[in-house]
Amino acid sequence: MSSRRDTAERLRRLMATEGDAVAQNTRTVNQLSDYAIQQFDDYEALRGAARSIKESAIENLPTLIDEVTEAVEANGGQVHVAQTAADANRIVERIMADREADKLVKSKSMTTEEIDVNGHLEQAGYEVVETDLGEYVIQLADEAPSHLIGPAMHRSPDDIADLFNGEFDLGEELPGDPTELTDFARERVGEHIREADVGMTGANFVVAESGTLMLVTNEGNARKTAVTPDTHVAVAGIEKLVHSLADLQPFTELIARTGTGQDITSYVSLLTPPVDTPIPDFEADEMRDAEEREFHLVLLDNGRMGMREDDDLRETLYCIRCGACSNACSNFQAVGGHGFGGETYTGGIGTGWEAGVHDLDSAGEMNDLCTGCSRCEPKCPVEIDIPWVNTVVRDRINHHEDGDDYEFLVEGLTPDEEPAGLDLQKRLFGNVEALAKVGSVAPGLSNAVAGSRPGKWVLKQVFGVDPRRDLPQFADETLREWYGARGTQVADPDRDVVLYPDVYTDYFDPERGRAAVRALEALDVRVHIPAVPESGRAPLSQGMVDTAREQAEAVHGALVTHIDDGRDVVVIEPSDLAMFRRDYDHLLPERSAERLAENCYDVMEFVYGLLDNGAEQAALDTPVDDAGVAYHSHCQQRTMGVDEYTETVLSELGYSVRTSDVECCGMAGSFGYKSEYYEVSMDVGEHLRADLGDVDDRRLLASGTSCQEQLDILYEREVPHPVELIAPR
Amino acid sequence: MSTEPLSTFESSVPGDVHRTAAGDADDVLAEVVEDPAVGTAIPYDDVTVPDSVDVEPSPSTLESAVTGVTPAALGIADYGTVTVPSGAAGDELVSLYAPRHVAVVAASDVVADMPAAYERLGEDFAAGMDTQVLATGPSATADMGTLVQGVHGPSETHVVVLEDR
Repeated sequence: MSSRRDTAERLRRLMATEGDAVAQNTRTVNQLSDYAIQQFDDYEALRGAARSIKESAIENLPTLIDEVTEAVEANGGQVHVAQTAADANRIVERIMADREADKLVKSKSMTTEEIDVNGHLEQAGYEVVETDLGEYVIQLADEAPSHLIGPAMHRSPDDIADLFNGEFDLGEELPGDPTELTDFARERVGEHIREADVGMTGANFVVAESGTLMLVTNEGNARKTAVTPDTHVAVAGIEKLVHSLADLQPFTELIARTGTGQDITSYVSLLTPPVDTPIPDFEADEMRDAEEREFHLVLLDNGRMGMREDDDLRETLYCIRCGACSNACSNFQAVGGHGFGGETYTGGIGTGWEAGVHDLDSAGEMNDLCTGCSRCEPKCPVEIDIPWVNTVVRDRINHHEDGDDYEFLVEGLTPDEEPAGLDLQKRLFGNVEALAKVGSVAPGLSNAVAGSRPGKWVLKQVFGVDPRRDLPQFADETLREWYGARGTQVADPDRDVVLYPDVYTDYFDPERGRAAVRALEALDVRVHIPAVPESGRAPLSQGMVDTAREQAEAVHGALVTHIDDGRDVVVIEPSDLAMFRRDYDHLLPERSAERLAENCYDVMEFVYGLLDNGAEQAALDTPVDDAGVAYHSHCQQRTMGVDEYTETVLSELGYSVRTSDVECCGMAGSFGYKSEYYEVSMDVGEHLRADLGDVDDRRLLASGTSCQEQLDILYEREVPHPVELIAPR
Repeated sequence: MSTEPLSTFESSVPGDVHRTAAGDADDVLAEVVEDPAVGTAIPYDDVTVPDSVDVEPSPSTLESAVTGVTPAALGIADYGTVTVPSGAAGDELVSLYAPRHVAVVAASDVVADMPAAYERLGEDFAAGMDTQVLATGPSATADMGTLVQGVHGPSETHVVVLEDR
């Protein structure tokens, strides 16, 4: 199990060295981007348009490659299609040799990081200089970019000053002042640009019909890199192709809003090379004729055609590398891209790229840091279901790994559909329902064992459960046992509903289920609590897709007759509601998924609906004092947009409500229990505590099981579900 | 054109906007151009760049220039953006190398939003004006910790709007 310890140690070190800069930068950009999107009425419409353009481009990719080849050649440039990174590097090296070049300047490009063109050219004896200031910094430091668009965002101004002072023989030491650092780096880099023989850029988009490149930048270095040397080499993944110039419009309006929180970047270059700008020869101090310009477009496959054929990875190719998913990710905010990153790519969408262009081992290094909280989804300008991509990659990693010595311990306890090699920690958390059933036979004994030192030792050594966490305690009586004995108390109901008995509510916290029953009954609703299997959230979160699908089918089977009977399904646990409303799309036939999605409600959303339709507000509990509440909504509730119902109901009942803006509590299901991630989870939690501020006088509420657990620990007090506050006693 | 996009444009440009009649543009340019300056020809009757502006810059005059003056093909009101087409006269270099960029745009070329801009860009590209930069304010970076304006491109931008053109 030392690898869990190594992971924990590596992440702890990153949080100590880079955590502060990463946290500040990502959270700031995330807020700016939230604001930019809020102010932009066309956001959803343009996301839809952008998505369609990408879908169509990837579908027609072979045609677009032919088309762009023809267009670039007609313009006087050359196109090279490289199957692999090695091919691309050989092509670039040949261009350098043909042009008798010594020095190449580069503007920022993740695709050239992917092929490590710098390393290749340097080994061949060429000088390569990065011109984006962030890239320049990490080139000097010999580091990998820690973010898709902010490659050096893990470094503070003081770090950068130390680096420059160590690297250069300066008469006077540079202070950690951003303006002075920028001036210094600009001068150095500017000289390299003026001297360079070849300029290399990436491309945010490539227009097939005209051979036009779109480059999105703020510094202006890409403009200079493209036009100052007489030779321009653009390296772009084949997925950057779009059909027409008009296709660029939605992306022009979206990319900065999601990426940096600007409405538009300083420069959006639309260039159709070779351009007719005269060539400034600074050495000879003369302008040379633009006719002498040469342009090469290197289109990189490197696994992309395979991704295109892959139904689950395909949408990764729609990614425009804006980095919004990283900024919106609580775990990324804590550890940055050197933790949440593979060989090249970082953040939420990174595992899809790593799996596609490198391999599963590289994807595996980072994949578990995605908890599926889904807060990246609304930020993705091309609507990629990033958590799903991560789940599929996790599933493939599970199938890729070898078994381990403790396998026998879980035989029989884990009736899943997964391969023998599956990590035992994942198997434990993925089979929570089976374990709950066994444990609840003798709840006192199970609690005692799980809380004992030998129990904790086994949990830590075998399953990687962090001993600093307590596993939830089994209740003496499950929700269903209680309700079976009690029965309904509504004789003449306005309507009937099914209350979904999620595993946590049923076995561990039946009080929130009892409260939901009392609240619904107070509003004249008759409640049914049938036996319904676990939603599949637990196995899905561990990448156990086949098991999750089996669960989904069983849940559908158990609920569909109730729905046919006109009963809505009321759900307490937001992560289960998100399964029914969103994830079942991937697991069930379309009509089955739709039917469930349309008839499932968050419990507070349902209460809101009842009140809105005239139910008696007075039947619910109202504030006994003016203390007010502090409410942390669940990440997936926010993505579904149902958190607002809780806030509205509480406000209408007279509670003053304070909410948090943080994306996730850090617990995220099983994540915070895992020994390798416990400290990351607590770091995220501390951010939530700072964000909520002083809550000494307020009641703390949270909708999600994990959020409740996390807040329990952070504040050392019980944190109920909102329905427990409003349900009559 | 209605005056509405124009006033939106004026308020969204991240830099100084100077509205003027073409006949008075020379005076305005004389004021915003600080020497040494480089530039390219302004394609409107009655508007010329000041005499001090080098319209055939060498790399060294380009490098030492304080101001670069170029025409802009479009203004985009929602964004405060101007588009600078590349040309054989070196518009791209002039608008990029000098720390102050002065763009001259006709009021009739100020469009309301990005879809309208792309319509015009489509026409331009089809007509061979197929390299343009959408420039919005000064160059900037946050790579050194906080936002710093003025990196590889200009640190200061001015837009001169010719109200009667």
